Order: sequence, then C-alpha cells, then structure tokens
Amino acid sequence: MSKTISLSNVRLMASVASAKATAAGIRRLGRGGGTSAPGLVAERIDPAMLGKLTARLPAGAIVVAGTNGKTTTSRMIADILSASGLRVVHNRSGSNLVRGVVSAFAAQASLGGNPGGDIAVIETDEAAFPEVVRLVQPRVVLLNNLFRDQLDRYGELDTIARKWKASLASLGPDATVIFNADDPGLTAVAQDVSANKVAFGMNAVEHTLGSLPHAADAAVCFACGTDLAYKALYVSHLGNWYCPACGQSRPILDVAGSEVELEGVQSLVLTIDRGGESDRYAVGVPGLYNAYNTLAAVAATRHVGVSQATVQTALVQFRSAFGRIERVVYRDRHLTLALVKNPVGFNEVLRMLTSGTGELTVPTLIAINDLYADGRDVSWLWDVDFEVLASGGSILATTGLRGPDMANRLKYAGIHESRILALPPDIERGLDEFVEQIPEGEQGYILPTYTAMLDIRKILTDRGAVESFWEQ
Amino acid sequence: MTTNRTIVIAWLYGTKMNIYGDRGNVLALAQRARWRGIGADVREIGLGEPIPVDTDIFFFGGGQDQAQIAVSKDLAGAKGEAIRTAVEDGAALLSVCGGYQLLGHEYRPHDAEPLAGIGLFDVDSQAGPERFIGNVVIDSDWGPLVGFENHSGLTFLGAGARPMGKVRVGRGNNGRDGTEGVVYKYAIGCYLHGSLLPKNPVLTDWLLEAALRRRYGDDTLAPLASGIEEAAHASAVSRAFATR
Repeated sequence: MSKTISLSNVRLMASVASAKATAAGIRRLGRGGGTSAPGLVAERIDPAMLGKLTARLPAGAIVVAGTNGKTTTSRMIADILSASGLRVVHNRSGSNLVRGVVSAFAAQASLGGNPGGDIAVIETDEAAFPEVVRLVQPRVVLLNNLFRDQLDRYGELDTIARKWKASLASLGPDATVIFNADDPGLTAVAQDVSANKVAFGMNAVEHTLGSLPHAADAAVCFACGTDLAYKALYVSHLGNWYCPACGQSRPILDVAGSEVELEGVQSLVLTIDRGGESDRYAVGVPGLYNAYNTLAAVAATRHVGVSQATVQTALVQFRSAFGRIERVVYRDRHLTLALVKNPVGFNEVLRMLTSGTGELTVPTLIAINDLYADGRDVSWLWDVDFEVLASGGSILATTGLRGPDMANRLKYAGIHESRILALPPDIERGLDEFVEQIPEGEQGYILPTYTAMLDIRKILTDRGAVESFWEQ
Repeated sequence: MTTNRTIVIAWLYGTKMNIYGDRGNVLALAQRARWRGIGADVREIGLGEPIPVDTDIFFFGGGQDQAQIAVSKDLAGAKGEAIRTAVEDGAALLSVCGGYQLLGHEYRPHDAEPLAGIGLFDVDSQAGPERFIGNVVIDSDWGPLVGFENHSGLTFLGAGARPMGKVRVGRGNNGRDGTEGVVYKYAIGCYLHGSLLPKNPVLTDWLLEAALRRRYGDDTLAPLASGIEEAAHASAVSRAFATR
C-alpha cells in the first residue's frame, strides 16, 4: 500500500471520524440513537464521503425506494445478505434522508476510510432518491411502489415520478432496475432505462379487491392517457393492469408471486416463480403488502446471487422493523403495534386486522400526530376507508395531537358514537386510559403515526416493555 | 316540515380531482343530511359526463397538474355553462384548490399555456414563486373556520368579488391581501383542505340549507349533536396557532 495519503482520503477520514464522534456524543447525552446529526457533520467535512465509501464496496450497493415497505424490504435484503456470509452496510434505523444514509456509512466505516462491509443496502426517502443514486451509483435499484403520501412534504406524485425517471436515466448498462410491474406508474418510470430491468409482480387472484380504493390515484395509461383497467387488483392501484384503449399492459413478470396464504397478524407464505423455478417462502411478517415486500427482497437477493435455500432460511427468521408490526406484552395485555403513515398503508393494516371475520374484534387505539415527520396535514385520514370498521363492535379509541380529527373521521365513517372513545391528545394519558379498556390477558391494537409510534415506544421502553429500537 | 326530502350531490371529477382527502367534504354533506333523515344521492361526474339537471350541491376538489388540464378542457362549453346556470339559480357549491382555480377566469402556469376557467367566480389565478403549506384559520361570516392550505397558485379577487374570510393564520388567496377564498351566492371557492366541512359543520349546514331551500322551500335542519366535530375544530385551531 502506498504511504502517501491523498488529500481526498484525509478529508474522507476526517469526515468519518467526526461523524463517529458526533454519534458517540449524542448517545452519551442520552439523546437517542444519533441517526442523523453525524451525517450532517460528515457531509460538511467531505460531501463526497458517501460516494467514496460505496465505490470501495466489493459487491456494490443496492438502493431501495418506494412509498411503502422500503424499510421492511431493505431489512429483509440485509438479513438475507448477512445470512449468505456477506458483511452488510445498511442504514438499518430507517433514517433514510441523505444524511441518515451518510451517518450509517460513517458508523460502519473504519477511521482509515474502509467502508467496513462487502455490500450496501440503502433505504432512501422518495425525495432523497435522485441524490442518493447520484452519489452511490448503485449496482441494483429496487423500486417498490409509488403511492400518494404526505403531500405537504413530498409534493405531487407526478413530480416524484418525473424526478425518478430522470435519475434512472443516469444509470449505466451494468446496473439493474428491479421494479414492481404491478404499479403502472413505476412501469412508466422504468420504461426507457438503459440499465437491465427485472419486473416483479403478483398473480394472487384470491386476494383481488372489488374496486379501486379511494386512496388510489386513478391510474392512467402512460402511452395514451386512458384510464387503466385491471384483470386483478391487489393493493391500491397495484395489480395486473392493462389499457383498454391502446393495449399497453403489465410487462411479463421475471419474478412472480402466487398462492399467498395470510396468517392473521403473524406471518405469511407465498410461492415465487423465477427463471423457471418455483419455490415456497414463509416469512415472519403479516399482510398482503408484506407479500409484495418479500417478492421484492427475493428478486433483489437472488439477482445478486444468494442461493434459494439461504433466502428461505433468512426469511423464516425475519421479524419486522420497529413499530411497523410489533407485538408487546404490557401489563398482561397483548398489544400489537402497527405503524400507519399514509392512506394505502393504513388501508392495508385495516385489511389485515379485519381479515378472518371481516370485522375488527379487538379494542384499537389510533394515535395521530401532525409533527413534521408525520406530515403536518391530516387530510389524508379522509382517504382511508375506515368505513370497513362500521360493522364491528369493538371500541375505537383516539389520541395524539390530532386525535380529535381522527375521532371525527370515525364518526363520518358511520361508526356508532358509542364505540368512539376520544381519549386525551397526550399520548401517555391516552395509552394508559386505552390499556385500562382492555381486560387483562386480552389483546389490543395500537395504530400510531411515525412520531406517535416513537412516543409510544419510548413510554413502553421506559416501563420495561420493549428494548430501544436503535439497539435492534 | 317537508318529509322525504332528498338532495343530489354532484362530485365533479371525483376520481381525478381527489388529492388531499377532499372527499371528506362529500362525506360530511351526505352524512349530515342522512343523520337528519334527508336522502343524499351522491353522483360522481367524470370527464365527458353531463351535469345532472337536478343537482343541488356541487363539490369540486383539487387534482394534479395533468388532471387539471383535462378537466379544464372538459369544462369548456355546455358543462361549464350548466354549473354557472345552476349556481345563478341558487344551487350550492364548494370548490377547493384546483377546483376553485378552474371556476375562476383562468389559471396561468409558469411555463405552459393558461388554463381556461368557467368564470363563475370573478377571480384570476397564476403560478406563484413559493408553495404555501400549513394550517389556516380565517374569520368569516360563519365564525372562525379552520383548514390546511397547500398551493403554489396565487388567486386575486376581481373588484366586486367577496372573499370567504380574512386570514388569521396562514397565507390565503395570495399571501398579500389577507383574504381567503371567494363567495358568490351559495357558491364557495377556497384553498382549505383538511377536510374542510367535517370540522366546520356550520359551513356544511349552510350549504345543506341553501340546497333544501331551493328545492323544497323548506330549509329546516334538525339539530345534531356535534361534540366530536367541535372538538376537532378546536384542536385544529389550537394546532394552527401553535404551528404558525
């Protein structure tokens, strides 16, 4: 090795070192996991740090994007890659803006500027995606879906799609874009890339929806503008689509899921066909939306060469990310926490919780905050189909800064007022009063927005019910 | 009191102009009618579909740029004329954001052809340099109203146009003159999402009364318990002041 150290390397080393020091300082102060500030410091010292570190990864980087499921999918991918013996660099805490990604890399890199891994899995926010792709030059880009989400932060869907398309155009022919072909918008985004393309999607007609949910953005044909039709519709506007006017249709699937068996709030099993092989995969996460995440993770990890047996083993052991679906025993009550952050995700959580009987049978607390990370605008609650809860008998409690808006939403969904329990907006009080409503030994569901979930986890952590998420 | 009253709600372009949860407004109108034993017949009116002649209340929400171009073209001619005629005759109407802009004279984007409106409201809109995003509280004839704005379009009222209210929190029509929205007869245009009507039930009932008066000559509305709505209103107002 050369003894001369380039100026570029000095800057990189300084940048890594100061990020590490910042993270250690934050942790000493007891201010949480320090998932963002170290990245900010590192970026100031060496803006090119991320690109320099990823360029040194022998097996390259996988960038995961999409409105819903990116945290779960990237965790699945990272677990599978680890199980295959690779050392994985991953922004596992779900801090997915550019500086969160930089923080994660700084934490794992050596002070000498070695990335400290063989391969990277980078979850990225929709808005940060173009910048992350530009810096990282990934080997694989995985696109999960594109739904309407927190318009006050992200802007309109058309705008994001346009930026993604421009970003993908910069990828060379060595890169691969793995995309959800059931999403007509993503199919359009991936349409003209010069990178390799791998299309994944679902053939699970047993789970087809009767009609397009209110939350779905009416999908129009990217070639001729006509409203699309579906042979089968699975989640929001995802499905086996076609254009009745010009004949455009879902691309032929390279990786296809089928025979999806959903086991309540626990797990799922599905068959995945790929390259003439057909294998059955069991996963420790529930719901049809997680079947999509599994399909995406299998497509990506098989593409980079992980064996089918290793993927199967890792998925059986997989458990979901903090708060996304989590089961906690607290004061002898069995609580299931499920993060809700946008209409499509909320609809899928409701679908999962009412699967089986078609009704909600468990007391449920909905905790809605309107801080920046939740989205300041709570209008989106009106796009969720709470009407599906109208027939059950279980109580629906509300809390959080916008708990009163949520209670109002439930009333207008036709839920009888005797079932609506508007608890105080203060989440600690709301949680305590909700738990009182559940008989000992019984179940309760808690559906929080992002910062409400952090609050609830902190309360439960302080009371000894769960471990801190950044230690997972 | 007339029994067996029913109203027809025309939801303009419900599948194309439906971002920001504006369908809550349609739910609020229909539910507050039904809870009083008044039938509510909600009809979605898509591109190329005519305006029902018996429409009592129109709702017109906001959409993405592409959708607004198609809608602007669709409104030209007979369809726009039908909406104007109904409103002149006393029909009720609520429009929000993109719908509001397309009911004015025109909308001028930064770098594209102007979109023609139907000129129901004496207002003009144009693309602005920044996006106004946040909670809004206005003082109005209905008392304080609360919603959430998210628009880069700026709307300016013509000389005779009457604003819906004065901005207390937020930016409103254009961020300059302190006005928000417009009212003409029983038609309202505004930038208030949230959804607006569910947590401002006084405004919902005003629209219902106008519709009932025109169709039946009888605008009696039985009182409804509105504790949940009032709590939502109060908390939204306090969040607006806390996040201003």
